[in-house]
Amino acid sequence: MKYAFFPGCVSQGAAPELYPAARLICQRLGIELEEIPAWTCTGAGVMQEKNQLFGDTLNARNFAKAERMGLPILTICSTCQGVMSQANLRMKRDPEYLAQINSYLAEEGLEYKGTAEPKHLLWILIEDVGLDKVLELVTRPLAGIRMAPFYGCYIVRPTEALDIEEHPERQTSLETLIETLGATVVDFAGKTRCCGFPILTINEKNSMAMVGKHTSEAKDLGADAMVTPCPLCHLNLDGYQPKASAQLRRKVDLPILHLPQLIGLAMGISPQELGLQKHIMNTQPLAMKLGAAR
Amino acid sequence: MDVTVKIKRFDPEADHPESYWQEYAVALPDNATVLDALIKIREEQDGTLTLRCSCRSAICGSCAMRINGHAALACKTALSRVLDGDNAVVVEPAGVMPVVKDLTVNFDPFWDKIRAVEPYLQPQGAEPAGEYIASNESMLHLSGVTACIMCGACVSDCTVLEVDPTFLGPAALAKAYRFTADPRDGNREGVSRERLHQLSEPTGIWDCTRCNECVEACPKGVAPMDRIMALREQAVNAGFTRNNGARHTSAFTESVGHSGRLDELMLPIKSVGGITNVGAMLSYAPVGWRALTHGKMPPLRHKNVENVENVRRLFRKLEPDLYGPEIGKSSPFG
Repeated sequence: MKYAFFPGCVSQGAAPELYPAARLICQRLGIELEEIPAWTCTGAGVMQEKNQLFGDTLNARNFAKAERMGLPILTICSTCQGVMSQANLRMKRDPEYLAQINSYLAEEGLEYKGTAEPKHLLWILIEDVGLDKVLELVTRPLAGIRMAPFYGCYIVRPTEALDIEEHPERQTSLETLIETLGATVVDFAGKTRCCGFPILTINEKNSMAMVGKHTSEAKDLGADAMVTPCPLCHLNLDGYQPKASAQLRRKVDLPILHLPQLIGLAMGISPQELGLQKHIMNTQPLAMKLGAAR
Repeated sequence: MDVTVKIKRFDPEADHPESYWQEYAVALPDNATVLDALIKIREEQDGTLTLRCSCRSAICGSCAMRINGHAALACKTALSRVLDGDNAVVVEPAGVMPVVKDLTVNFDPFWDKIRAVEPYLQPQGAEPAGEYIASNESMLHLSGVTACIMCGACVSDCTVLEVDPTFLGPAALAKAYRFTADPRDGNREGVSRERLHQLSEPTGIWDCTRCNECVEACPKGVAPMDRIMALREQAVNAGFTRNNGARHTSAFTESVGHSGRLDELMLPIKSVGGITNVGAMLSYAPVGWRALTHGKMPPLRHKNVENVENVRRLFRKLEPDLYGPEIGKSSPFG
């Protein structure tokens, strides 16, 4: 099973623990990853608010390269997933738009034929790899761990671009995976809300209020930790949790895991190898509870 | 079909007003809507159940409420599509707005915000000799926004309004776009400078998180968030760029356009106007320190992707206004 790998900027920047953790678990699952050469940022929805054409052209460029590799695209970033899917939908439904974009790509000999279907690792585990295969590799079931899923926005909305009608199981994919790994799902209303990251530099107070609301809500329901498929959600929920806590005037102390880290823990990989020590919120109590102290 | 409807109820006249859940078992034809179920419950089982509804055809916008946690028109939602494995559905009042009784909420804040964006044409300059002319194309474009029936579904599910009631919100901002995008509004070129100036202030267009909740909730395809993004583009093009939101999108585009990827270290710094913004720099310090001590600081020297000239060529072509002579440099001082 081989994929054109689109890691996204954050997995190699502000959340450097994500990239190696994803590589590790993919290797064990027999998922071969070949990085798209010189891939560029998707625009994260930020470029699109100013110049959609430029953003979409950069996405088409990545897609064209993956087509040339003859491989389906795998990403480990929900935001990348969402932005790629939205750009893809615009190009697929409007051949004139795609032709315009291809006229720009032609100068470097690229053409996007419109066949890409980028997929997040979360979906690939369920739809391509199969949960049986995942379960086979679970050597340290997460029994007794109460895990809150946090999807964020881009991997659940807009439903049209994400093909949710065709794949309704995507809406509960995180819960399915948590249960497969042996942990207990802590269901809470905030799981598909915004983490606040997109407005961090614009309205920090609101951004922190969102972090405080989601983390404390999960904590109050007895969560030991939260897991997210989105490194940007992770940045805010983990990196800014101390600040959000201060604004909330309440200590929450909720560890936030990246999706591949949760799977890696259940596969018996050490917390150290999965980069848990790089988190801002202390993950040690969680590791202890799992019997996986560093 | 036999269904169970779980309804979140609230009676302001109770001795200790508190919301509570009540379940009703009701038999309905297979093609019934959620509203059919609610009306049947009210008429046959519990006359105290309070809700707003009128047209039953998704035109009047009265019956927006949360169905299984998401806002929708009860009259436009087929029961069969929302039932769980036990043939049950959960119905709550719309979010964000204060509950009056049961499924009825107070729309005063909603209307206040619609009024705040001055929802009427404001042409500037001398009146034309004949009528104001608007192209067919521009009106067709606006028909997407004028489809709004003011049901409040978008406001109910807005992630910003959930934490900050001062945000203008999706309905009012989409309404504002209905005028900024109207060629008759604003100056002779159809640019609504005054409006765009005001909307660029705090509580306006830049406070939206782009979460897409309103796009999903809207029963009429207004896509309020997409209108807010279009407002951002209009505001930047009209020169209202001295705010963190506009700086953020420009700095982001510059970083990716010059190097192919995002410079995560410089983006927050440029968004607040550079390192001369001492207050912002100080507030970043603890976060930066924690990142540094946990081995997760983004690289100080941002690298370009291979053959970056291919990306810069697209940058120059598609975003010529931002493409500056400082190509390849990514400096907080620049």
